Order: sequence, then structure tokens, then C-alpha cells
Amino acid sequence: MSGFWEFITGRLSLEYFPQDPVTIGAAIGMPVSALLLIGLITYLKRWKWLWTNWLTSLDAKKIGVMYTIVAMVMLLRGLADAGMLRLQTALSAGDATGPLSSDTFQQVFTAHGTIMIFFVAMGLLFGLVNVIMPLMLGARDMAYPLMNSISFWLFAAGMVLVNLSLVYGGFSNGGWLGYPPLTGLEYNPGPGVDYWIWSLQIAGIGSLLSGINFFVTILKCRAPGMTMFKMPIFPWSVLVTSVLIMLAFPILTVTLAMLSLDRTLGMHFFTSDMGGNPMLYINLIWAWGHPEVYILVLPAFGIFSEVVATFAKKRLFGYRTMVYALLAIMFLSFIVWQHHFFTMGAGANVNAFFGIMTMVIAIPTGVKIFNWLFTMYRGRISFTAPMVWFLAFVVTFTVGGVSGVMMAVPALDYQVHNTLFLVAHFHNVIIGGVVFGFFAGMTYWFPKIFGFRLHDRLGRWSAYAWQIGFILAFIPLYILGLMGAVRRLDNYSDPAWLPFFIVSGVGVMVVALGVGLFALQVVYSLWKRKELRDSTGDPYDGRTLEWSVPSPAPHYNFAVIPTVHERDEWWYRKQKGVTKPAKEEYKDIWLPKNSAIGLIVGGLALVFGFAIIWHLWWIAVPAAGLVIIVIVWRTLQDEMDYCITADELYKEANGAAA
Amino acid sequence: MKRFVGVLVPLCVIGGLLAGGWWLLNGASIDVLQPAGAVAEQQLALLYLTLFLSALVVVPVFTMLIVFAVKYRASNKAARYEPEWSENRLLESLWWGIPIAIIGVLGVVTYQTSHSLDPYKPLASDQAPLEVEVVALRWKWLFLYPEYGVATLNHLPVEVNRPIHFRLTADAPMSAFWIPKLGSQIYAMNGMQSELNLVANQPGSFTGYTTNINGEGYADMTFQLKAFKTAEFSDWVAQAKQVTPQMDKPTYDTLVAPKSDTRERTYRLTEPGLFATIMRAQSGHASHGGSH
Repeated sequence: MSGFWEFITGRLSLEYFPQDPVTIGAAIGMPVSALLLIGLITYLKRWKWLWTNWLTSLDAKKIGVMYTIVAMVMLLRGLADAGMLRLQTALSAGDATGPLSSDTFQQVFTAHGTIMIFFVAMGLLFGLVNVIMPLMLGARDMAYPLMNSISFWLFAAGMVLVNLSLVYGGFSNGGWLGYPPLTGLEYNPGPGVDYWIWSLQIAGIGSLLSGINFFVTILKCRAPGMTMFKMPIFPWSVLVTSVLIMLAFPILTVTLAMLSLDRTLGMHFFTSDMGGNPMLYINLIWAWGHPEVYILVLPAFGIFSEVVATFAKKRLFGYRTMVYALLAIMFLSFIVWQHHFFTMGAGANVNAFFGIMTMVIAIPTGVKIFNWLFTMYRGRISFTAPMVWFLAFVVTFTVGGVSGVMMAVPALDYQVHNTLFLVAHFHNVIIGGVVFGFFAGMTYWFPKIFGFRLHDRLGRWSAYAWQIGFILAFIPLYILGLMGAVRRLDNYSDPAWLPFFIVSGVGVMVVALGVGLFALQVVYSLWKRKELRDSTGDPYDGRTLEWSVPSPAPHYNFAVIPTVHERDEWWYRKQKGVTKPAKEEYKDIWLPKNSAIGLIVGGLALVFGFAIIWHLWWIAVPAAGLVIIVIVWRTLQDEMDYCITADELYKEANGAAA
Repeated sequence: MKRFVGVLVPLCVIGGLLAGGWWLLNGASIDVLQPAGAVAEQQLALLYLTLFLSALVVVPVFTMLIVFAVKYRASNKAARYEPEWSENRLLESLWWGIPIAIIGVLGVVTYQTSHSLDPYKPLASDQAPLEVEVVALRWKWLFLYPEYGVATLNHLPVEVNRPIHFRLTADAPMSAFWIPKLGSQIYAMNGMQSELNLVANQPGSFTGYTTNINGEGYADMTFQLKAFKTAEFSDWVAQAKQVTPQMDKPTYDTLVAPKSDTRERTYRLTEPGLFATIMRAQSGHASHGGSH
């Protein structure tokens, strides 16, 4: 009988509810705010609107906006985590213990890293690509709209799982990459690591599907005449990123699957006994992890290439070199992973090889920076918010590049690896590169989606606050690292470190001010949307095709798919004089109907993940089965599209007069 | 006026940051920049060389960024404007070429120092190295001195100017052994042995850390390396051989429990081959075997 009961309840138990006051507060706060949100939607009677316009939409722009909203909410969570980490280190010098227990602190930094990479940076990336890339390509949508929706809902399911762990069960304490044996069964039998594994696993499959979708979209859905070398740089960067996603994410999937086999079925891939080897895990996770860094940063490079050319009112300098540099980085990013563990004891030749390969990546990256600078040279630069983000990027990213080159020298890395110097370095490149890039992109393309611009001054202030906050938060960490402060310390004995940790904590507050200013910018712009309205569809005198359609972009993107002749097609059309398409150029178009399949698959994946974490096999197996059944059922459906006739399109484009 | 403020505010911010930084750094002890051993000294020289080589690119980048941003601002109609100028083979070769040259130099340096500063490479000296076996435990450091029959917990007495040869393993999740004043860290992993060669060239007490997260007591896992002059070190060894507590398998087993323990202790090492026993147990060749 007890066996049956165990089968039903798995390892659910009351002891897994949070015990310490900080976590209890968060665990109560989150469901309460979720309930408030649900209540608000019900009160405003917005459920039907939400369902038809957003949740079941297959329009890439809508999916992109949903990605961005989730990512921005998660940015707040990740930032709160960062604030807690720095609060702890500001209050725990010497005998002081600080507000957090060691275990909570370790869960918080694991959650901070996991959330910031997987649910903020990846979310912003997928959001922006969905929002703007089809428009830049002159395409109607992604190649696979339904798969796009499934990707998003898997991403959302992973996000829910991470946050659920706060309410019930706790999160992993093993760091964002969860090295065994610390995350193995022997040292970590609880559900925290399983939450980490399954949230990444589910979101990771969504990412893989997105990578496939972007790749096919770029190769097959470009407007007629847009050869590869007439394609803007942003889609180029997404192409390279999607190749990296398709090659790297399966490694993550397999690695996490092996770790979960160790944990749930007692296998021995990564244990130190029975023939297993944890070094294998470290190699595998970085074979995904290093390309992942470039998956995030290359699209940001693409964004800046568009932003600089637009606001310098000049053709992008060295377009071809930019493409070659992207391709070079794509190849090189797969042969540098070992630089994450020079200190594991590999031979001198192995370390030297990976060190030199790592430095070689600095060459194409440097070339890109020179090309941007020479795009500014002899331009007419207006310093709007996206351009200020770009300037902040060059400063921050270059400093990160220097510390990166330093750490690429193995013999030098031995002195800084896994210290706060390393922490400062990767925040330098990820915040400076990825976050600044996506903030620039969101500001830049905002009017195309919502029909009004973001208030520029508030945007610039946000960028300034981020830049100053960044310096305050991370320069002290470089120094602390050189002083001997290793990463992930919740307590330290040397009181001389304290002032540096306090300055760093102040920096986090200034960054939070930057986030607040960005939020204020959005709210204020919404309030002033009439004054900020973009009535032309081309508010910055842009260069690429997305500026040729009205703002907000119609859900079918282009009434008539443009034929491309030049690299900066819209710029040249404007110089030649834009002509409206003739009536006979309008054709009937077919668009996918809304579908709840993505939402259902995401929901089932969430149930599956939760069930497997708690060993509820009787729920996990049917949930996985249902996912397959639902998708097969969908493939058997007919009439998944609806038609907009040429007549309707013509009328919409030319007003009622026609 | 507005333009004046636009220049003044950033200058004040930068000045304030620099002054604050100077005030904080004045007199601070920065272990990596103040080495006490030959290995860390060479690594510091490498740090400065790398910074210098990077500066060859970074200084022009920052200069151009500022100059171009000021000169080609939209309001400056006097500046040349060439909206179509987007290719120049000479310039592009220049900024492929210069970084390639710099990375070429740094690559050679990298290759050489990867060999000369290989943690496994014995240090040149006319003295035989001090052999120390290191076991990372949850959450304390055990040091065995097989040649003297001595063991210590959380402190590591050594002799100044005599090379130290460490062999390391862990009876804990992967840990890492690092004494910033002496240089080079290395991972310590269960069931495996890694090696490290260091030397202290100044007497003194230097803090050591684990740099790899290994569970709840991670932050408590520090130790003191104490570099003694030859005579003092011999005295210490002689005294240590006389202490009552013994380090053998039963004592060792009491240390394995996951518990922070920052006290410094000294033992007589009475069980030869303890290090090998610990390592074997972890790799599953003896009775102790993980999770099954």
C-alpha cells in the first residue's frame, strides 16, 4: 500500500516548502502578483482579447513582443537576485553573516545566472528576431509560424518552472552550469538541480526549434532579388547565430539528459566512480556554453550595424568584411571551449592551442569595431538613444575584450580564473554586448511594432544610468578578483574587501535606476503616444525594408512583397522616388489562422517537467505522450490558413477612396 | 551653456570615479599584483605585457570613438559627409593586419608561457622540492607531508625559496586550490590527481582559497600558507612530529563529514599511503562508492 502511495505522490513532501524568511516572502509574493494580474485581466474583461490577439497568435511580431515582455519581467527577477547577492556581500565581511544563508545565497546566484542567460538574454534575442527579421527580409512571417509559437511556449514553460522552484522545492545551488559531482546524486539529492535541468531542457528545445525556424526563414523566405550579399547585416548575424544554435543546443540537450539519467536512474556518466567522469560533463557543457556566448552577442552586433548606419546616415562600412568576420567567429566559436577550464590540468600544448584560438576570435571582433567606427567617419551622426547605447557598448565591450584577451593566456588565467575578475569580465561582454545591443534594438524598432516612438531623452538617461552603474558595479569586482576574492563568496574574512563590495552594490542600484528609467520611458511614451506617433512608417530616415511599410506594421507585413535591387533597398528607393505598387501587383495572400497548439504543448511540457522533477511518473509519461498526439493531430488538419484578397489589400493600402 | 554642461558633467563623473578609486586603492593589498613567489611574479609580468599589447588597439579605438563622435555629429555641417563611402581596401587590410600582428606576438608568448608556467612542470632549483599532498574536504583543506610524517588542516607551513610540489585530490565536489600570492591555481577532483609546482620567495602568511563552488561551506574553505625560513621550518617539523593527534584512516574518516571547520590543526601522519587510499576510494576501486 505504501508503495502505491509513493507511486502517486512521488517525492512530494511538506518539507519542500520554503523555510527561511527571505524565500518565504518571495514565495508568497510571486503567486499573489500572478493572482492580481489574473484578477485585473478578468476585471477588465480582457481574456478573449488576450486569447485571440496574443496567446494563440502565430504572427511573428506578436510572438516577438510576448518573448520580450517575458524577458523584461525576468530581467527584473534577475536584477532582484543580483541586488540580493550584492546586499549579502556588503553585509557579510568578517564575522557578520549577512541576511542570506549560504544555501539561499547559492540558489540565488544559480538562479541569477540561469535566468539572465536563458530567460532574459535568449528571450530578448528571440523577441527581437521575431519582431523585425521577417520585415527586414521582405517576408510575411517566419517559415514555420506554428513551430514559432511552440518555441515561445516551451520557453515560457521553462521560465515558469524556474520560478515555481522558488515557491516549492528550492532551486539548484550548483552554479548556472551545474558542474557534477556537486550536482550529482551523491552531493545533491534534492529537487533543486532537477528544477534547473528540466527548465533548461524544456526552454532549450524551444531554442533549438527557433534556431531551425530562423535558419529556414533566412534561406527560403527572402524577398525576390535579395541575394545573400544584399541582405542586411542583422539577418546575417541571425543566420550565423541559428547555425550555432542548431549545432550547439543538441549538445546541451544530451548533456542535461545524461545528468538527469545519473540523477533519476542512478547511472554513472558523470560520477567519479564506476567509470564515469565529471570532466566529460565540463567539456560537454562548454562545447555548448561557448557557442552560446556568441549566439547571444552576434545578433547584438547585427543590431548595432543597423543602428550605426541609420544614425550616421551612411552606408555600413565594410559590409563584406562584416559578413566574413561573422563567419569566422562562427567557426572559431566551436574550438575555444576549453579556455573555460585551463585550470583543470590539461597539458601545455592543449592549453596553448585553445588560448591562441581564443585570441584569434579577437581579430574579427576587433575588425567589426573598426568598421562601425568608420561607418561614423564622414557621417552625419545624430545621438539618439540607440546611438548612445552603441557608444556605451563600444566602451564597455572593448574593456571586456581586453580582460578576455588577458584570460585567454592560460598562464595568466591561472591567476584570475573563477575569481571576481572573471565575473567582471563576462558581465562586461554580456551586459556591454548583449544587453546594450538589445536595448538599442528595442528602442530602435519600437515604433515599427507599436506605431509610436519611445521618448528619446529618457532612453538616453537609461543608457547613461546603465553605463555608470555598470562601471560602479564591476570595476570593483576586477580589483577584488586581483585581491584574491573568488566568485560566489557569501562571506569573507578580509575587511579591506568591504568598501569594494559596497561600491559594487551601489552600482547595482544605479543599474536598477537604468532599468527603472527604461520602464518609465515605455510608460511615458505610451502616455504621450499621440505626440510620438510615427505617421510615416520611417521615423529615422531608415535604410532597410522594414521602414517601407506603415507603423505599426500590418499583420501581413507587406501588402505587396517588394523586389530588391540594392543592399540598402529602402534608402535607394527613397533616392529614386518611391512609387506605389499598381493595382495588378496586389495578389491574394494566405496567412495562418490562430492556433492554441503552442500553448497546449507548452502547458503539457510544464506538467511533464514538474512531474519528472517530483518523480510522478504516472503524470510525466502521459504528458509526454499527449505532446506527440497533439502535434500529430495538428498535422492531420486541413484549412489552417485564411485568405486576404488582393482587393482588400489594395483598399487597405490606398484608403477608402480607392 | 548647454554644451558646457554636456562636457562638464561627464568630466565630473569620470573625475569623481577616479578620485574615489584612488582613495580606495591607496594602500590596499592586491595579492595578484604583489606576488611573493617566482611563479606569481612571472604571471604578473605577463599581465602587464598583455595589457600593453591590448592598449595598442584599445587606445586608438577609444580615441577614434571620441574624435569621430564629436567631429561627425549631425550639427557640425562643416565636416565632410560622404554617405556612399563604405569600402577601402587599404584601411580594411590595416585593421585586419594590425590585430593579426598583435595576436601573433601574443600567440607566441602564450605558447611559450603555457610551457614555462605549466603547473605540472617542476621548478628549477638545486633543492629537492617539498612534497605536499592536498585533499580538498567539505569544507576544509588537509595537507599531508609524507616525507616528514606530518599532516595539517587549514594551514600549510613551507620553507622559503624551496620549490613545493603539490599533488591534489578531493573527497568533496570538485574544488580548486589557489594561493594568489604564489600563483597558478589548479582543480582538485575526486578520484583523480592533479599537480602543481609553486615556490614562496618571501617569508609570510598568505591566504589560500578554493575557487570552485563545492557546496554550502564553500566560503569558509580558506587556509594560510606560512612561508618560514629554513631554520624555523625545521623547528616546526620537529615540533609537529611530537604532537599527539595522529592522522590515520579513522581520524581521516571523522573529517569527511560535510562540515565547515576553520581551525588550524597539526597531526602526526602515521598512515603511509593515505593519499592513495583516499583517491582510490573516490574512483570506486574500494568499498566506498557514491550513490548506489
